[in-house]
Amino acid sequence: MPKLLKKKKIYINLVTNIFKISYLIVLLLVGINQVNAAEKVELLKTDWSFKGLFGKFDRGSLQRGYQVYTEVCASCHSMKYVSYRNLFEPGGPEFSEDQAKAIAANFEITDGPNDDGEMFTRPAKLSDKFVMPFANVKAAQAANGGAYPPDMSVLAKARSGGVNYIYSVLLGYEDAPSGVTLEDGVYYNKYMYGNNIKMSEPLSDGLVEYSDGTIASKEQMAKDVTTFLMWTAEPHLEARHKMGFKAILYLIILTILVYFSMKKIWSRIESEV
Amino acid sequence: MSDHEYVPKSKFGKWFNDRLPLLTLASHLTDYPTPKNLNYWWTFGGILTFCLITQIVTGLTLAMHYIAHADLAFESVEHIMRDVNYGWLIRYIHANGASMFFLAVYIHIFRSLFYGSYKSPREIIWIIGIIIYLLMMAAAFMGYVLPWGQMSFWGATVITNLFSAIPLVGEGIVNWLWGGYSVDNPTLTRFFTLHYLIPFLILGLVVLHIWALHVPGNNNPVGIDVKKPSKDTVPFHPYIVIKDGFALLMFMIVFAFFVFYSPNILGHADNYIEANPMVTPAHIVPEWYLLPFYAILRSVPDKLMGVVAMLSAILILVALPWLDTSKIRSAVFRPLYKQFYWILLADVLILGYVGAMPAEGLYLLIARVATAYYFIHFLMILPILGFKEKTMPLPLSITEPVLGGFPNAEIVKKKENLY
Repeated sequence: MPKLLKKKKIYINLVTNIFKISYLIVLLLVGINQVNAAEKVELLKTDWSFKGLFGKFDRGSLQRGYQVYTEVCASCHSMKYVSYRNLFEPGGPEFSEDQAKAIAANFEITDGPNDDGEMFTRPAKLSDKFVMPFANVKAAQAANGGAYPPDMSVLAKARSGGVNYIYSVLLGYEDAPSGVTLEDGVYYNKYMYGNNIKMSEPLSDGLVEYSDGTIASKEQMAKDVTTFLMWTAEPHLEARHKMGFKAILYLIILTILVYFSMKKIWSRIESEV
Repeated sequence: MSDHEYVPKSKFGKWFNDRLPLLTLASHLTDYPTPKNLNYWWTFGGILTFCLITQIVTGLTLAMHYIAHADLAFESVEHIMRDVNYGWLIRYIHANGASMFFLAVYIHIFRSLFYGSYKSPREIIWIIGIIIYLLMMAAAFMGYVLPWGQMSFWGATVITNLFSAIPLVGEGIVNWLWGGYSVDNPTLTRFFTLHYLIPFLILGLVVLHIWALHVPGNNNPVGIDVKKPSKDTVPFHPYIVIKDGFALLMFMIVFAFFVFYSPNILGHADNYIEANPMVTPAHIVPEWYLLPFYAILRSVPDKLMGVVAMLSAILILVALPWLDTSKIRSAVFRPLYKQFYWILLADVLILGYVGAMPAEGLYLLIARVATAYYFIHFLMILPILGFKEKTMPLPLSITEPVLGGFPNAEIVKKKENLY
């Protein structure tokens, strides 16, 4: 019995078995999903620059996104894990250090106690975390009709659907369909879980004025601020992609070398490897 | 076990070895005769050792920066992700490492099921393996609680509440586990302590697992006893070392893809929301590797019986060497068992899928059928199969199937039909 032929048969057998099982599973999943499909809404998508093996943030978009965040979102949403220094660090919006200092200096922060035992306010420094719009969760709830505007630091990772979901919700405001009655202070959103949202539509065309001349359409602002949120959630994304490419390339080359060494070593034995 | 006694060459080596025979051990590990027909499914033992070491090393590093306190844990994880040098890398390796560990252990277990590696004389290896698997689940569950996100908190609440199903003392046990009247800071600190301890227990058991393996030696795809050392075996070094190394590198490529390109795909988005005892997530789901057992738990309407069913599903494996009555190890020579093996695998995958879905309607029905089949496989099919099944004739040695030299033509023909 020729050795190679037999080996081949084993593989064919293995492959057919795997196919049989996958077929059964796919059949099952498709069946189940069809039951569910009617309830799900397809999220809006756009071309995110940070997706893919070489994905990087678009600096312009990050800087514009910061502007949207600080002028629109930040009046209610905190970002307590991000520091002003992050704004000039590599892989982020990469403002200049002076720009980041100037941004920080716009915010008042409570510090202390000083040598007299008194708390005092001072302009924020690069090492400070983003100043929060409300003193605590209760204050935030009181000012927002009982709903707590979630902290935005890791929001892009904290929602299934991620950036597409956030982008969709920002653009998903609609008039409630006939038959749906909304409570006071509740808005209808096509993509929000349960379709009810307590945040009024935050974006409208021309709401901010971009300094780089980009037209501030609703879609543009939604894309920019979502890109910014992806960066705050994953500040080392660019470093990760870069290192990943090198690491995997290195592993592949090493694997090939080890494969040939293995073949060489096993050639001493009358056996397949 | 090599037949000849090892004698170190240098004088110091001899002096040292007489007092602590580490060199004898090293020589045993190097020469350890291994069946030469081991396929790539056998490389997962080495891969699992790598996973364990990776988890321990990254875990120690994380523990230097992590703060086990209900008010600070979530923040300290974000501190690791943002401000600790390469903290994101270490945490993503650790988090995805848990998944890779389970992926490898499931392959390892199903390899054993296919080739009958749990059968005499390897029952102790198998049972130690099941204990390791149980400890892995405990460690993984408690590790998932540490970031103190929503899934951490509610997962811990659901799982610890299972103990309340125990009659009379249930409530007391749950309060004792929690260290209070709800999942809170005392729960977190004890989970952290145990999460730190368990990997070292696993490490000790791994040593026993390998020790027990080195007594009878490896099983092999043909499943027959091998004379050692003989032309059927190769020394562990360099043959198996290089092969395990090659397989490990392939595994690491997959691992790296998860770590660098989709580090959060195996986790749940809700765990990036800080734990909030006042808000229950819409669906509480465990990590993917616990889903089949979660499905079994939920498929039984009664809470206590559900817990019993879930625990039995794991503990039944301890009895497997005696439930499987067939003397033939490898499924290659068991045409019927081979079919049932694939059905069991499909059954477990289906259980995993419905475990992730809400327990209602069609899903619940599927979960119940799959749960019933799981137990039928081990309690009815396997014991009966051993008596009823017509197995294929076994070759006399490994060299035969490898070289294709069978003593009589009929066996050769039968073997061909088999593949």
